[in-house]
Amino acid sequence: MAKLETKIHNITLKNPVMTASGTFGYGEEFADFIDLSRLGGIIVKGTTGERRQGNPYPRMAETPMGMLNAVGLQNVGVATFCKEVYPRIKDIKTNILVNVSGSSIEEYCSVAEQIDELENIPGIELNISCPNVKKGGMGFGTKPDMAAQVVEAVRKVYHKTLIVKLTPNVTSVVEIAKAVEGAGADSVSLINTLLGMAIDVERQRPYLSTITGGLSGPCVKPVAVRMVWQVAHAVQIPVVGLGGIASAADALEFLMAGAKAIQVGTANFMDPTVTVKIVEGLEDYCQRHKIEDINDIIGII
Amino acid sequence: MKQITDFTIVSRKQLGDHYFALTLRHPDQLPPIAAGQFVEVEVQGNRDVMLRRPISIHDVDPTANTLTLLIQIVGKGTRQLAQLQEGDRLNLIYPLGHGFAVEGQHPLLVGGGAGIAPLLHLAKCYHAKGIRPTILLGGRTKDLIPVREAFEPYGELLIATEDGSLGEKGMVTQHPQFSAAYDHICTCGPTPMMKAVGRYAVERGIGCEVSLENMMACGIGACLCCVTDTDEGHKCVCKEGPVFDALRLKKWMGLE
Repeated sequence: MAKLETKIHNITLKNPVMTASGTFGYGEEFADFIDLSRLGGIIVKGTTGERRQGNPYPRMAETPMGMLNAVGLQNVGVATFCKEVYPRIKDIKTNILVNVSGSSIEEYCSVAEQIDELENIPGIELNISCPNVKKGGMGFGTKPDMAAQVVEAVRKVYHKTLIVKLTPNVTSVVEIAKAVEGAGADSVSLINTLLGMAIDVERQRPYLSTITGGLSGPCVKPVAVRMVWQVAHAVQIPVVGLGGIASAADALEFLMAGAKAIQVGTANFMDPTVTVKIVEGLEDYCQRHKIEDINDIIGII
Repeated sequence: MKQITDFTIVSRKQLGDHYFALTLRHPDQLPPIAAGQFVEVEVQGNRDVMLRRPISIHDVDPTANTLTLLIQIVGKGTRQLAQLQEGDRLNLIYPLGHGFAVEGQHPLLVGGGAGIAPLLHLAKCYHAKGIRPTILLGGRTKDLIPVREAFEPYGELLIATEDGSLGEKGMVTQHPQFSAAYDHICTCGPTPMMKAVGRYAVERGIGCEVSLENMMACGIGACLCCVTDTDEGHKCVCKEGPVFDALRLKKWMGLE
């Protein structure tokens, strides 16, 4: 069987398939459907300094081959995560990473510091790209100097693998990626959702309580592949690709474009077993194409 | 334990213009299904319908390994599902959510529109405990109250229609037998109806369960899209609901 093992900085993944933050809960929600240890990694729900309620309902709208969401970082807060959630998930036999979110540099640092203490969390994904919060979030990820400032500050307090999640809602994603690389990021993941909007014409009002929201699903995949390819050619640190992945073929596009690992997001909602199907699909692809090591096809485009 | 699996449609019944019922069979024994739990149905054949649709479980026959879904045609997802025929395959994630507690000795079940769907399985659950519930179904007109006969063996059936085409004329809450004589009330239907029923029960200290219907993506508590405002903050309707104790929804009902 082909070697699917891949590496993101110091983290060894048994295969490149991870789950995207905000689409996989804390992993437990999927334990009835799949063996979580089959995954390369799980990136759990975006976690902030304090418990957050998120945005008012309605927070979701289905759009052609995709969906808009405006959840707005609803989560239990870092203290409850460390005390109650972490003990439940720490022994899952895969890499559990925490998506770290915030509204200020102090908040990002405080959350990162507390997660740093957790032995079985080998890395964080710093979310400077959430489009659904009024303060912070994407505000930090759209300007290279701001992005660098947050990453530098978190780098000082966080000692394990630091992945920075980038927003596609910028003129040049390469510029942001280079800025966070320069500031000490160990890896970048992209793309977060695309800022979008949908209107219910019968009721003459937006579908989302927040008017705008983040677009995800198969419709964003070509944009994501393009951005991953651009960034992978511009930085030295490993790139994690995501955006609309729903099959092994989709995952392979990102790997060939230069991603060392991929994340599956919205597709988990349609099929809670899709991640394992993608792992199996990668094995099958390697066998069909006589590829011994998945790394041999990473970045071939 | 939740599962994702294929069923075969063994019966499809059109019930007027707005409703149809699908009975689905699985080759294996079904897991225990609480009244009020739901399924997430995969919709095939319309590229604009990407997400599954949450549908409540109307009836369960554990000996035949079948379950029945009563579906109201409301949008592009349910219109697509209406095309399904006997013999077709349907993929479900189920059983999902938190169901009714089946409490009380003199329960009243109040349903409106598509909200009557989970009340049949619920009435049967009471019946199995030797309790005969009162079942009050409402709608704008009689055509909007399908499958009412199915309830008759399991409780005392009352009907209210806004146009008076069947039963008492008016809303369910105006029905003469909608009273404080019950020790537990379960309700599912349009939001204004559930709020009115819930307020009535809470103000009189009657135990009450409310089954909510919000738009969902995942159905398993992962995406946090379907939240409702409870007195303890936002909670997922798919996981902590769809059935909530009305006492947790006082703010939602406008009581605080």
